[in-house]
Amino acid sequence: MESALEHELIVREGDNIVSPLGLDTTSTLRAVVAGESALRRYEGLWELPEPFVASLLDFGAIDRALAARYGEGRLADYTEFERMSILSAASALEESGIDPASPRTHFFLSTTKGNVALLESDNRYRREVLPDWSARRIAAFFGNPNPATVVSNACTSGLCAQIAAMRALRSGRCDHAVVIGADRQSRFIVSGFQSFKALSPEPCRPFDRRRTGLNLGEAAATIVYTRRRREEVSDGEWVACRGAIRNDANHISGPSRTGEGCYRALQAILRDIDPAELAVVNVHGTATLYNDEMESIALDRAGLSSVPVNGLKGYFGHTMGAAGVLESILTMHAVEAGLVPGTRGYAECGVSRALNLSSQPARTTRRLFVKMLSGFGGCNAAMLFKRGGGLC
Amino acid sequence: MLRIRRWVRITPAGAVVDGVPVRLEPTEDPLPVALYRPRVGGYPKFFKMDPLCRVGFLASELLLDGETSRFEPREDRAVVLFTQSGSFASDSHYERTIADAADYYPSPAVFVYTLANILTGEIAIRNKYYGETSCYLLDREDVETMVETVRETFLDGATHSVLGGWVDSPDSANFEAELFLVEESEEGAEWAADELRRIMKDK
Repeated sequence: MESALEHELIVREGDNIVSPLGLDTTSTLRAVVAGESALRRYEGLWELPEPFVASLLDFGAIDRALAARYGEGRLADYTEFERMSILSAASALEESGIDPASPRTHFFLSTTKGNVALLESDNRYRREVLPDWSARRIAAFFGNPNPATVVSNACTSGLCAQIAAMRALRSGRCDHAVVIGADRQSRFIVSGFQSFKALSPEPCRPFDRRRTGLNLGEAAATIVYTRRRREEVSDGEWVACRGAIRNDANHISGPSRTGEGCYRALQAILRDIDPAELAVVNVHGTATLYNDEMESIALDRAGLSSVPVNGLKGYFGHTMGAAGVLESILTMHAVEAGLVPGTRGYAECGVSRALNLSSQPARTTRRLFVKMLSGFGGCNAAMLFKRGGGLC
Repeated sequence: MLRIRRWVRITPAGAVVDGVPVRLEPTEDPLPVALYRPRVGGYPKFFKMDPLCRVGFLASELLLDGETSRFEPREDRAVVLFTQSGSFASDSHYERTIADAADYYPSPAVFVYTLANILTGEIAIRNKYYGETSCYLLDREDVETMVETVRETFLDGATHSVLGGWVDSPDSANFEAELFLVEESEEGAEWAADELRRIMKDK
């Protein structure tokens, strides 16, 4: 198709992270840099027979922040999943200054399970349990007239939603895109991951020799993108440069042994990029045996074994639909501050390929980074972010 | 111009390929199984699939039936699916397995299907597609977004063909798949909202 807008770039205009470490990007980043973790052990929560370790939101704090913004009771009809999404989007929109009610603005929602917790009280088909319903409610809350798109690509959704937004901007379908990533944890999700034996009984240890699984987390994160002429992009601004989604064509619930889809996604975005330009590759790093091993193979095959690599799940767990948005935003702000956060929980290499990985933060002056994710259904996604108005 | 090279519809009323109904011998089997036996066969994974995956997988099989070099690995075809009910049938099934503390038996085989994009993976695995797989949840009436999203999928320079369309199955008795093979071509109906609406309405 015609790519008429090559003189334009997709620029970050605003963002927000609502996480158990803080209700905005700054406080979440500050906690991560200080080495704090929101992972806690829960026993008997949601009447689950087995205890679990997770990073969970304080909805009291979320509702107080919403009440301060919109008045008491204004969001009484919205579910927790919708409220956390709205709070995050509101802050990001405020920073961006764009008009969410404009017909030239589109909303994209990345979630894996949305309002699935509603099935606990009534396990029947109705529109409120479908994610497109939540997406339309959230967009309508901000007065947006367009149909909102829900991206449902399992754990890669947060990157896939940004890629969908980039394309809608690039094709000229919209001028602004609001990408919200969110998931609320529940009995449904935790029991499912427990049945897969995928959960770690202690805070996760990405890429470590003693890793035993992942921790689930909940968060909402929002990034607002605008398309702008290259010469109007200042030196420090973040640009969503490239993105690719590739499948392993291997298994619906296990990653490829050769890291096939992940490697191909990396290849698609890196092409002419010198790995020495990359500040960091922020990996998925769930701390399951198979995911981390697969990623090490894909990184090695892509020639990235000397590039600094980090994983953030040790701070706030695997936030599912939020992960791609949250971890992209956090890495932007860290790199902007000259930092590559350490991989909390990592001590000793437990994957077959050597990686440049540390539990401690490092300094950087580089201006590019890669974010990657993999998920059920064999999907893999990678994005390249870059500062300034240079060519993508 | 992007055109519809071939299309398939499956509903409880039957299956249609490019407007021509698929003839089936009388059988006691439900329609998905009645289609699977003569038209696919020899792929036991089919019986592990949930209702959404069964109907979507069958539609993809009918769509690709007879294609030359069918199972050669390729990266240039994306699988892009749209659904509204998504994984609801499996969500509801899984919820029943955990609702009662005295009868608690969460199963990974059910849980894995509580993600709507598993269907895209099933199609990629069957056909050795290493290209993009994407799943979007939206209202059935929102044909414009479907058309635009598929069109924009071609912005990835590696994508030259899209197997995409609508799949929905809120439970095993209610299902609908309308899948299209969309490619840059001289032949076939244009990949446009009006055309899609015409095909999707005519059932």
